[in-house]
Amino acid sequence: MSYDAPIEELGETHLLPEGTTRNEITETIAGVTENPAPRGWWLLFLLSVSVLGVMGAALAYLFIQGVGVWGNNAPVYWAWDITNFVWWIGIGHAGTLISAILFLFRQKWRTSINRFAEAMTVFAVLCAGLFPAIHTGRPWFDYYLFPIPNQMDMWPNFKSPLMWDVFAVSTYLTISVIFWYVGLIPDFATLRDRSKNLTRKRVYGFFALGWRGAHRHWQHYERAYLIFAGISTPLVLSVHSVVSFDFATSVVPGWHTTIFPPYFVAGAVFSGFALVMTLMLICRSIFKLHNIVTIKHLDLMNKFMLGVALLVGYAYAMEFFIAWYSSNPYEQWVFFHNRLGWGQLDSKGNWGPLWWAYYAMVFCNVIVPQIFWFKRARTSVPIMLIASVLINIGMWFERFVIIVTSTYQDFLPSSWGMFHPTLIDILTYLGTFGLFFTLFLLFVRWIPMIAIAEVKGNLPGAHPDLHALEAHDEEPDTGAVPVPAE
Amino acid sequence: MQIFPRELNYLPLALALVAGGLGAGVFTLFWVYFTPPNLQVGYTPKQPVDYSHRLHAGELGLDCRYCHSQVERSAKAMVPPTQTCMGCHAVVRTESEKLAPVRESWDTDESIPWIRVHQLPDHAFFNHSAHLRAGVGCASCHGRVDQMEVVGVVEPIAMQWCLECHRNPEPHIRPKSEVTNMKWEADEAWVAQRAMIADVLNPPEHCSGCHR
Repeated sequence: MSYDAPIEELGETHLLPEGTTRNEITETIAGVTENPAPRGWWLLFLLSVSVLGVMGAALAYLFIQGVGVWGNNAPVYWAWDITNFVWWIGIGHAGTLISAILFLFRQKWRTSINRFAEAMTVFAVLCAGLFPAIHTGRPWFDYYLFPIPNQMDMWPNFKSPLMWDVFAVSTYLTISVIFWYVGLIPDFATLRDRSKNLTRKRVYGFFALGWRGAHRHWQHYERAYLIFAGISTPLVLSVHSVVSFDFATSVVPGWHTTIFPPYFVAGAVFSGFALVMTLMLICRSIFKLHNIVTIKHLDLMNKFMLGVALLVGYAYAMEFFIAWYSSNPYEQWVFFHNRLGWGQLDSKGNWGPLWWAYYAMVFCNVIVPQIFWFKRARTSVPIMLIASVLINIGMWFERFVIIVTSTYQDFLPSSWGMFHPTLIDILTYLGTFGLFFTLFLLFVRWIPMIAIAEVKGNLPGAHPDLHALEAHDEEPDTGAVPVPAE
Repeated sequence: MQIFPRELNYLPLALALVAGGLGAGVFTLFWVYFTPPNLQVGYTPKQPVDYSHRLHAGELGLDCRYCHSQVERSAKAMVPPTQTCMGCHAVVRTESEKLAPVRESWDTDESIPWIRVHQLPDHAFFNHSAHLRAGVGCASCHGRVDQMEVVGVVEPIAMQWCLECHRNPEPHIRPKSEVTNMKWEADEAWVAQRAMIADVLNPPEHCSGCHR
């Protein structure tokens, strides 16, 4: 028996329904880009473009007026801007995790969701990159972030984690785009070969880089894919670790925490998986992909999220333990008063005004995912849709809690303050959804959203030891037929 | 069937060349044209009065401080008021055509609208007195004003240029008695001595040295 054949004694089944043919897979996935867009796509697209317009307006207003239009002010210098940055970049972690780490671990179920997650990664990183660029207030000086020789002899401060961020995020974006594109080449060739008109043929042909599906092509492709997976894997861990250094290297109570790097990485993977889940469920139903993204895939993702939820919950608990164990009154104030809302340390017995954000975070990130202990919940689409949305809300609150509740009351009571978001704060944040979904919907429409070639590798007939298994009769693969003469 | 003509095989090469050329071009454009050595050096605005530094500071040998009187005491060197001009010109060349705007200013009590030549950005705080006290001569930044008919910018007033001297002030310092001497040049004895002075000078290189 093959090592990756399902172990029937454990109730395992094939990833794809028995009898799925290669042609069926090609038709389903390539069909999305070839058939007219369903009405749902148009509705979502118009909505996204409108929201993108809102973002444009909010940014224009911000650039004209300056960052004063946001609610950030002393002592909360970072607020929604950096919350959104960390949130989006966190979401961008699922793609690489699914593509690279799960690839190295030979988790074949990744093939149905990896393309999707990679695209999401790229778009999320773009949304994330926007915030550090605009939060400086003078975005036309953003080139200061890069080590460009200049007449001011100004050089980035390489001792600053903010500088590391620039390199971490730009490296991540570059590698994610390349990795995504390399995986797309065989599928672009499929689309090229199926194209009916010359323009389409040429456009996809351009991106397919002359792919003919030759043996040597595949050999190079597999090797390149493995190398990129190897390069990307440390990035999954490093990017959000570096983001966490933005906080952890400071001396602000609530930020100055050694657990931050793994805690942030776990949170990033968590939110990334949750958003993949949300989007996957929507696309699956709009484009009728039930045969390719099966309940089994979703079940596995839910198990993964449950695991990460436990990690995140552990990190939350450990932060409190350290706050208590450190006996540091400032640390304790941030955790017990600012976050938990516990009036123990306040002479007036007041609850911290932002306690609700902390409880929202714990509810969404730790309590809600516990439902995935039950198989019925793991296989129920409505439950997982609600849970995944709640997890993303919770993860946003996690970053908000870290950033705002740590700073609004820290060392000197005389400098205490409060943060209130403004309308522009809210519109800017919501606007990035417009950017994200506009890009995402264009992706879904024009690029095969599921890795056609890789999914086929999971069909029973694709195993090298085909004859050891009870193989089904294969139909000829129409996905790679030669171009018909015109 | 081929969907692309054969010539397109050269497309990647052509794209690489165009991208490389464009990048180099933009870089050169910025480096050569949009930088202070090009944008600032040579700026010689026409002043409302046809005043000659060459004549006054050079031939007649007036000390800089005769007109820029606060340079040792304040951040700004001060543009002299009309009264300073009239101190001499009430009796010297009283009928000169060139001095008409000065006399007009004297009569009407309106300042002469001199045009600023050396402009620093508002966020850079430069102090003349501190530099004179450290022994930096006028000529180090303003050049040989005693040879200029009309004063213009001779050095790029860029942060890089400031920092060059702040990092290595030694070649630019002179005895404090000679700061306004346009013709002064370091002799061997001074060269031997100034290293020790520069050692303790320690000009600021941190941001808040100039940006407060």
